Amino acid sequence: MTAVAAVTHAPARGSLLRRFATQEALLALAIIALAVVVGLINPRFLAARNLSDILLGNAYIAVAAIGMSMVIISGNIDISVGALIGVLATLSGSLAVAGAPVLVTWLAPLALGIVVMAAQGAVVAYLRIPAIVVTLGMLSILKGGLISVTGGKWITDLPASFHLADLSIFGIPMPVVIMATATVLAALWMWYSPRGRAIYATGGNAEAARLCGVDPQRTIVMVFALHGFFAGLATLVYATQLRVIQSTTPAGLELTIITASVVGGVSILGGVGTVIGSTLAAILIAEITSALVFVNVSPYWTDAVRGALILATVIVDIMRRRRRAERG
Amino acid sequence: MSLASAALTHRMPRWLVRHETILAIILIVALIGLGALNDKFLTVDNLLNQGRLMTEIGLIALPMTFVIVTGGIDLSVGAIVGLSAIMLGYSWKNFGFPLPLAIVFALVVGGVAGFVNGLVITRVKVPPLIMTIATLALYRGLAEGISQARSVRGYPEWFYVLGQGSIFGVPTQLLILILLIVVAGVALDRTTFGRALYAIGANETAARFSALNVDRTKLIVYTLSGLASGLAAIVLVSRVTTTRMDMGMGYELDVIAAVVLGGTSIFGGSGTIWGTVIGLVMIQLLKNGLALTGVKGDATIVVIGLALILSVLIASSLQGRRE
Repeated sequence: MTAVAAVTHAPARGSLLRRFATQEALLALAIIALAVVVGLINPRFLAARNLSDILLGNAYIAVAAIGMSMVIISGNIDISVGALIGVLATLSGSLAVAGAPVLVTWLAPLALGIVVMAAQGAVVAYLRIPAIVVTLGMLSILKGGLISVTGGKWITDLPASFHLADLSIFGIPMPVVIMATATVLAALWMWYSPRGRAIYATGGNAEAARLCGVDPQRTIVMVFALHGFFAGLATLVYATQLRVIQSTTPAGLELTIITASVVGGVSILGGVGTVIGSTLAAILIAEITSALVFVNVSPYWTDAVRGALILATVIVDIMRRRRRAERG
Repeated sequence: MSLASAALTHRMPRWLVRHETILAIILIVALIGLGALNDKFLTVDNLLNQGRLMTEIGLIALPMTFVIVTGGIDLSVGAIVGLSAIMLGYSWKNFGFPLPLAIVFALVVGGVAGFVNGLVITRVKVPPLIMTIATLALYRGLAEGISQARSVRGYPEWFYVLGQGSIFGVPTQLLILILLIVVAGVALDRTTFGRALYAIGANETAARFSALNVDRTKLIVYTLSGLASGLAAIVLVSRVTTTRMDMGMGYELDVIAAVVLGGTSIFGGSGTIWGTVIGLVMIQLLKNGLALTGVKGDATIVVIGLALILSVLIASSLQGRRE
């Protein structure tokens, strides 16, 4: 893949609608088609209760995938986010139990998320250590650190005011409101603002971006800081639904989030993708997980399906890019 | 040349500033320090037992050194350990394979898993990082799906010789590891195959123009990584007497930490088996030493994570100064 090809393939201004007609439309279609098929096999799948459970239970993955998409589009990766969400949830819950004002318990995970991720971004950008090494190290620091500090104790007796996710606006539950708002705002910002475009430029070709007046290093720190913000937001959606906060997050959470980004059309070679796609993909993955249960497939197969899905998407993405490069 | 005279001339001999030498010195200092802190640490029994415990990580760290020298990475090794372990127990219990055949089958599963990684990486040109993240999920998922979270135990007594027995007082698996360390060390340093790995890691395009079969070499390296993970799975099952679907979870961190701590550049092109072995021993003794001084297991993961980041930082700053 040549530098020029990578840059021209980054969607240009104003082509939001045209891009939306591809990967995003495909995902939306898949979501509907899957619902119809599984609904025919087992009508209980389409019960309002189940559909809302799918959305509410997985909105935090879509929110975290927004930041992950930015990181991958900028040409990096982060595998520490699952462990970070665990740390932030414990922080938020502990503050709530200790009687901190509710606003503090909601803002603290956002702030710490930004700090931790920006620090990782700075190490990646300025000390030129590959993101995989930094975030792999951070993963174990956060995971091990959390369990050593809490001793694996659960946080219970959370005050009622803590549960942000129980609120709703015009009848729409807060997790869905946050997911939709964050996705749309992030998509518009990445599309139309110079800083948002800089993320695509950095991921497409950092050297070319530099020549166009973009500072790739600052862009990477900004991307990681934003990723930290969305990890904090995801924590809010996740933790405020829980009645008991444990020191562990769902196993392989970082993989689920990366899968959502990649399946959503974010190219692993950087420079391409939208967060609308990653949010739709998060919903699709959650739907598949739930559907497996309704068609009587053991939930132990979920991870294999998720793995096959990410593998297939990656292979198709690379082959499609190569064909386009050959044609172009 | 003695240290003092080196300092006097302000010109350190080349071998002394090598990453491996510095590590070896740190290792010896750490050994003495931990030994002084705890009298159970520097005993033959304890050290041999630590050798037993580090074998699984060590077996995988050898081909991982090859992989990283070529500029690649393999994050799926822990998942392959899980899948191979499950296939060992599953084929023995459910297919009715005799145990020796089940052992071979588990090795083959590991090899095939690694081969698939290598095939897609070389043919479709999927970056190794992404490919092995995807297969990490896939292989672990297969282990979960096939086993349905059921564990298999009750293996015949002879099978435990591998993981729990000793030959001349030395743990069986440690002897296997030492043998493979020698083989891997010679292969990397003294054969055309080994030199090709450095050439690919240093400059893949140049390696191609030098008529090296880059794709075939990479395919072999990833297959070896899978095979070693399969072997590690067998040793692990024999040591802990059971197969579970979560076996090998997080191994990728320990393995990569050992290799990178041992001075292999994460960017490819440089590194030695000798360095990896020191990195491996350091991590194991660090874990053990910390545990003996009362630090809990979870806190030692923190130390390994820190060691990983710091060792890459120090290595890259040393390299920057040399340039």
